Amino acid sequence: MLAAHAVLIAYTAVAVLPVLFIVMNSFKSRRAIFLAPLALPGPGSFDLVGYTTVLKTGAFGSYFANSLIVTLASLAGIIAFGSMAAFALAEYRFRLNTLTALYLMLGIMIPIRLGTVGILELMVAGHLVNTLVALILVYVASGLPVAVFVLTEFMRTISDDLKNAGRVDGLSEYEIYFWLVLPLVRPAIATVAVFTMIPIWNDLWFPLILAPGEATKTITLGAQQFIGQYVTDWNAVLAALSLGIFPVVGLYLIFSKNLIRGITSGAVK
Amino acid sequence: MTRVPPRTRRNRTHIVVFLAPAVLIYTAVMIVPLFETLRLSLFTTSGNHFVWNGVANFGVLFFDERQSLGFWNALRNNVYFFVIQMLQNPIGIGLAALLALPRLRAGAFYRTAIFLPTLLSFVIVGFGWKLILSPLWGVAPSLLGAVGLKGLFAPYLGRESSALTTLGFISVWQYVGVPMMLAYAALISIPDEIIDAAEVDGVVGIAQFFRVKLPLIWPTIGMISILTFVGNFNAFDLVYVTQGALGAPNYSTDILGTLLYRTFFGYQLQLGDPNMGATVATMMFLIILAGVCVYLFAVQRKISRYQF
Amino acid sequence: MSIPRFIFGVLALIAVLTCAGAGAVWAAPVTLTIESWRNDDLAIWQEKIIPAFEKTHPDIIVKFEPTAPTEYNAALNSKLDAGTAGDLITCRPFDASLQLFQKGRLVPLNGLKGMGNFSSVARTAWTTDDGKTTFCVPMAAVIHGFIYNKDAFDKLGLKPPATVPEFFALLEKIKADGTYVPLALGTKEGWETASMGYQNIGPTYYKGETGRLALIHGKAKLTDPQWVEPFAVLAKWRPYLGDGFEAQSYADSQNLFTLGRAAIYPAGSWEISGFRKQATFALGAFAPPVQKAGDTCYISDHPDIALGLNAKSPHPAQAKAFLEWVASPEFAKLYANALPGFFSLQRAPVALSDPLALQFASWRGTCKSTIRPTYQILSRGTPNLENMFWVEGSNVINGTDAPAVAAAKLQKGLDSWYKPAK
Repeated sequence: MLAAHAVLIAYTAVAVLPVLFIVMNSFKSRRAIFLAPLALPGPGSFDLVGYTTVLKTGAFGSYFANSLIVTLASLAGIIAFGSMAAFALAEYRFRLNTLTALYLMLGIMIPIRLGTVGILELMVAGHLVNTLVALILVYVASGLPVAVFVLTEFMRTISDDLKNAGRVDGLSEYEIYFWLVLPLVRPAIATVAVFTMIPIWNDLWFPLILAPGEATKTITLGAQQFIGQYVTDWNAVLAALSLGIFPVVGLYLIFSKNLIRGITSGAVK
Repeated sequence: MTRVPPRTRRNRTHIVVFLAPAVLIYTAVMIVPLFETLRLSLFTTSGNHFVWNGVANFGVLFFDERQSLGFWNALRNNVYFFVIQMLQNPIGIGLAALLALPRLRAGAFYRTAIFLPTLLSFVIVGFGWKLILSPLWGVAPSLLGAVGLKGLFAPYLGRESSALTTLGFISVWQYVGVPMMLAYAALISIPDEIIDAAEVDGVVGIAQFFRVKLPLIWPTIGMISILTFVGNFNAFDLVYVTQGALGAPNYSTDILGTLLYRTFFGYQLQLGDPNMGATVATMMFLIILAGVCVYLFAVQRKISRYQF
Repeated sequence: MSIPRFIFGVLALIAVLTCAGAGAVWAAPVTLTIESWRNDDLAIWQEKIIPAFEKTHPDIIVKFEPTAPTEYNAALNSKLDAGTAGDLITCRPFDASLQLFQKGRLVPLNGLKGMGNFSSVARTAWTTDDGKTTFCVPMAAVIHGFIYNKDAFDKLGLKPPATVPEFFALLEKIKADGTYVPLALGTKEGWETASMGYQNIGPTYYKGETGRLALIHGKAKLTDPQWVEPFAVLAKWRPYLGDGFEAQSYADSQNLFTLGRAAIYPAGSWEISGFRKQATFALGAFAPPVQKAGDTCYISDHPDIALGLNAKSPHPAQAKAFLEWVASPEFAKLYANALPGFFSLQRAPVALSDPLALQFASWRGTCKSTIRPTYQILSRGTPNLENMFWVEGSNVINGTDAPAVAAAKLQKGLDSWYKPAK
């Protein structure tokens, strides 16, 4: 057990120290960052100039709100529509089942960026450019394949007895999906949420092309442009990087509670 | 898992209701635009019009030195990058095995900490590592110096011989949390009866992991590998953020993603060529498709699904 | 109702509607958006340039919305395709903007008031090959040279070099002293080696415009000695670069210099305003050294930035008003002094206040000017000559390729698609 802890602590250090290192240096003066990068911020070197630059220049509050709206709305869409489709594919035998499943999962293999030109045409035609709806649609479409794949696999493991009991009790198919199956695949949903949330929150490409306006800018795009602008001002860059770290970690912690609880509750067994 | 045949029922509208939202959004926003891209690869631009060009673009991509050198180089780099990146699987599974040990304390803390880099955007990861490895700043050299290995330091990201490998390791660092988390989930959902049975047979400790648990999580490992394979051919951001769109130095970190970006959208004075860009995109699609088929038909068939 | 009364009624209605329409226009000022890659200049546009325009045009609001330089071309093209691009488009020089014009994205600006303030040479970078149509208003050119740490030079008793041998003697002295890295240049981002390196010192060897035009007309090859020699000189810079220069990025080089750790920075004039803000020591500048004393000196004086009108702009009249202002001497003076190092392309000389910018500008009188050799015509095909210069420039300094090998690769790439007009 001691050896296990030693290994885990060592790897935890590898994973966390570079991140802590960025955060730590963001609280130091420019000279101190360069001359003693490994020193903790102290009385002589503590400096919040990076953060004041960031907060003074960027509308980070509104960027943050945009990112949050886009991420949460996309997650909701992915999970709702993905689980519905997965339920249909796992539960019913119908002629086009395999074909539909293959069709929906094809998207796992394709970077959605390859379709940028067509997506742009679509959004222009629908007057959705420079709206958050455009981003949400793209992320829902790109997140669905993984969600359908993972959730179908999980739903196939659920025993039929439970569902049949529900049917005997007179539950409709919709009720069976919502009240019996969804709660059982909670761990899978949490997994899907965590893994689709990350690329959505961190995406740079579609915000840049579909919604670059000031009112719809996401935090990743805002931070990237800020870094491009202040590339030689390491105080500001490190502060912007640090500010980019906290929200996504917070989101993860919210979901991970469910993720861990879901996994450890052994619902899949 | 025993497969009970899915039920057949007479009223089937609910199937359509369940499937419609996903199929509609996915088709309109993903598949149709992608087909537009595939279609573009069969045309060439003349003036302001697209002209049918058959598969000539592919001939240029494979054999015309002006394009083919870059393409084959990027493909080779992609394969190498994938190989390095697969290191994340043994590391992740090893960590998961430790985390799944019964009665381990602080497991949630370790999981969150190890998963942390996975959460960060490429902007943060790329820029952060660039700073840490920067010879100018001297963080990496002084850290190595502290353990007496200063001689090992080199401008890793600036050398052709080491840049791609370094990026591979950064990527492993970032993504090891994924196999760790999935393998962990698979390990703890192995039923106690199986473990108990193994213990009764005297199979414990490391032998138990390799002989009982590992075979049971093979499907998960297969899935992670194929997701890594796909993600690796989509990889663009990390190279773009740390090495620029030219895959510096001397194209040694140029992968299909950066090649596609340059070809499609242009770069600096290079003008964008939507048709050649679409050709590169189509090739990426076909390569990914081939990889996935190999996985489905050769690998997954051999892995018997585990039964509870 | 009699017919005249009916007509009167209709006329009255039209009058009312027109007034209401006009009133609506007056009530809501028009907003113009500028697309640009100059994100470094955001604050200056917001605080100095735009307010100066808005003061005289209260009915127009201008917004400056820059994208990072490396993403600008891709993002702009997508936005133009989508119809979401701003009203005013900052134009890259030569082929990138020419392509936009040919696709009908940019409007011809021949008749624009103030276009006469620019000579045809100043307009070249944004004019069709036949010289007939200009589609962007030239804003500024940038000049290459070397910026040095004056305090460091004084401390070591050095003075700026005039010839190449003096330059290397100087580097050797700085290196022997050991306090400073002699040259702040990294090879990681090829564009540093290509523009701060090759395009900076190259004109001295290939004789500026003479050499550049000879290349375009097929009378010279990149494998000729005058084009290979600059690579050979760059290769000799290697011992004077900082530790780990292979992984040193553009921003690293800037920091290395402004933190006072490097003595000389191979520069473009656009660095001046940034260096003024960050450096804590006195700055000096010298032109690219000549081969031997008495030779004519050559400088890269490159038209870099202009402003065009998006063909899909909903407010072309207001956008033209802005462009006319950009073409005016008032703007030239404001811009050149707000951003020292960006030199006006207008005929009338602009009074500059920054001594370093003045020094760069003074070389226009003593040296022959040329533009970067890869920008006009020679980067239209694949492989792209400018991009190849980035890669090969770094290869030469890193020692991956010998100068002759690099030159041969460039010429081979160019030959594969470029046929000079006979």
